[in-house]
Amino acid sequence: MIKIKNLHASIEGTEILRGINLEVKAGEVHAIMGPNGSGKSTLASVLAGREEYEVTEGSVDFLGEDLLDMEPEDRSRAGLFLAFQYPVEIPGVSNINFLKTAINEAREKKGLEPMPAKDFLQRVKEKSKLVELDGRLANRSVNEGFSGGEKKRNEIFQMAMLDPKLSVLDETDSGLDIDALRIVANGVNQLKTKDNASIIITHYQRLLDYIVPDYVHVLYDGRIVKTGPKELALELEERGYDWIIKELEEVSA
Amino acid sequence: MEVMNETVKMTAKDEFLMNFNLLDFSFDENFSKDIRNTAKSTIDGLQFPTSKVEYWKYTRINKIIKGAYTIAAPENEIEIDLSVPSKNCIVLINGYFSEALSFFNKNEGVEFSSLSDAKKNSSVLQEKFNSLVKKDEIFAQINSAYHQDGAFIHVAKNVQAKEPYYILNFVDDSNIMSNPRNFIFVEQGANAKVVLKTVNTANSGSFTNMVSEIFVEKNAHFEMNKIQDEAEDSFQIATEQVVQADDSTFKINTFTLNGAIVRNNLNIDSLGKNTMTYLNGLYPLKGKQHVDNHTYLLHREPNGESHELYKGIMGDSSTGVFNGKVFVHREAQKTNAFQSNANIVMTDTATINSKPELEIYADDVKCSHGSTTGQLDEEALFYLRARGLSKESARAVLVNAFASDVIDQIGVEAVKEEIEKYIDDNYQGIK
Repeated sequence: MIKIKNLHASIEGTEILRGINLEVKAGEVHAIMGPNGSGKSTLASVLAGREEYEVTEGSVDFLGEDLLDMEPEDRSRAGLFLAFQYPVEIPGVSNINFLKTAINEAREKKGLEPMPAKDFLQRVKEKSKLVELDGRLANRSVNEGFSGGEKKRNEIFQMAMLDPKLSVLDETDSGLDIDALRIVANGVNQLKTKDNASIIITHYQRLLDYIVPDYVHVLYDGRIVKTGPKELALELEERGYDWIIKELEEVSA
Repeated sequence: MEVMNETVKMTAKDEFLMNFNLLDFSFDENFSKDIRNTAKSTIDGLQFPTSKVEYWKYTRINKIIKGAYTIAAPENEIEIDLSVPSKNCIVLINGYFSEALSFFNKNEGVEFSSLSDAKKNSSVLQEKFNSLVKKDEIFAQINSAYHQDGAFIHVAKNVQAKEPYYILNFVDDSNIMSNPRNFIFVEQGANAKVVLKTVNTANSGSFTNMVSEIFVEKNAHFEMNKIQDEAEDSFQIATEQVVQADDSTFKINTFTLNGAIVRNNLNIDSLGKNTMTYLNGLYPLKGKQHVDNHTYLLHREPNGESHELYKGIMGDSSTGVFNGKVFVHREAQKTNAFQSNANIVMTDTATINSKPELEIYADDVKCSHGSTTGQLDEEALFYLRARGLSKESARAVLVNAFASDVIDQIGVEAVKEEIEKYIDDNYQGIK
């Protein structure tokens, strides 16, 4: 699905990613963990196409296409979805209308007719139920006046509406109480199929109690320094990151 | 014998007024002729404002007053699609009333006619005409002295007008100057909506100097939707003088869509208790347009409430000016006055000068004012694009959202659709 090779990226001249290698196949869930400042959110931003980041080296192949060469909207239309760490409030823009525009623009690119209104509304109903998002919130301005939990649920709702191939969840669990976390995780799990995949970026192991990853990667100083099975997350929770850093230093010494 | 060769240098004002002095007002009613003569003497003592005058600091009127204008002859026909979504419409062409194109439904308890007719027939007009015009405003005084014609609306007591009243003012010639003059009187308990629209169907260098006097009596409700669609190199100065009595509501929505220089002088004296006032404006500008909105609102009595919301979308090398002043008199306790001006600057070359002002002399009031200027929110743009909206759609969506709270204020559905369509058509392709 996605092959990231030796990816280097910097912002305002400071190198944040220093050679990421990662392959995610259809049907897989990958967790990326790491201490603050290790480059987790930068990786999400670079994949989604934020212009502030400059890719200085490496390549990203997404479903056979050069992802780094695509505009953010084309990445989305190709099936990439980023759930934002901080979803943006957009007063005056209706959640539903903008999703309708997004879905229909994507369909138009594929030479398809706009989605019939009836089908669209049915989908809204179905998907908002999935994340227990109140129908009224779905109709309001994008994230305006939403609580933290509602914003994150709205991200998963949009993900469900857009039906992506690869979802990147950037710290979707941060700031969520246990109920909201359960709802968000439940939504993600229900959307999982053998044909899609997700990358879960998180600081805490907690989310991984609900969304069970196939692989856990540790990101440190812009590189993936350790990869392991789901048990690695538990170990990180218990022991922190210092032992990995120490291991690294021993190897290089 | 000695010959004196003396050249008298004419001032810009003299030259500007020369054309008007050719106008023949012998047809006019005597009281109106008196008003014209008084205005002429007032003008003698006034000068055109320069940018040294605070009130005109950011709008230079040289281009307006140096134009080589003529006065158009009355025209009765115009080749334009006049599909007005109302049964009531007065058409003015180059400042003159067009009987052939005007129409209205006579059964509503509303007098709706040309100003000239009203001068003959309306006692309200004969009593109150020109009473609101300020003595120190040269452009308003020029209109008082030289107005050709205009629209008159008198809504009788407790009449609830169902349909909006349209006043369409066409500028249908190049390099002409016109002084349309409107008079609107909404009696106690009445309710009416007006659409006042200027359309420039010619191309170049015209100047429209319009004055409207508006009286909103006790417990009356009045909404004015003003659309200014001048040509790219034409000018407009529009003055509204409004008085509001106890328990009345006045709302004005000003949409400035085109014009080289457009200046709005909106002056509201809320002289009654418990009044409600809404002042809204939207100026989506492009090219080298210059639009200046000056508003003045006086809260004279207690328990008044006012909401002012002006929004600008500044494209290309356009310039905008907002100067809104709210004055709360010592007697005007429990006043709630809220004022806001927000602008999106789309380019490096567009500019806006924004000055909201509050002057408060009462101690028990709730007042706020604010001004924001910025670019389209980059985070929001990226968010929308990351969900699959093209850059153009994302920008259009955000511009629409920005304009929407002003557009939502419009109480005439057809006008709402017209402005929404204008925004849609003009901001799809912005880079």
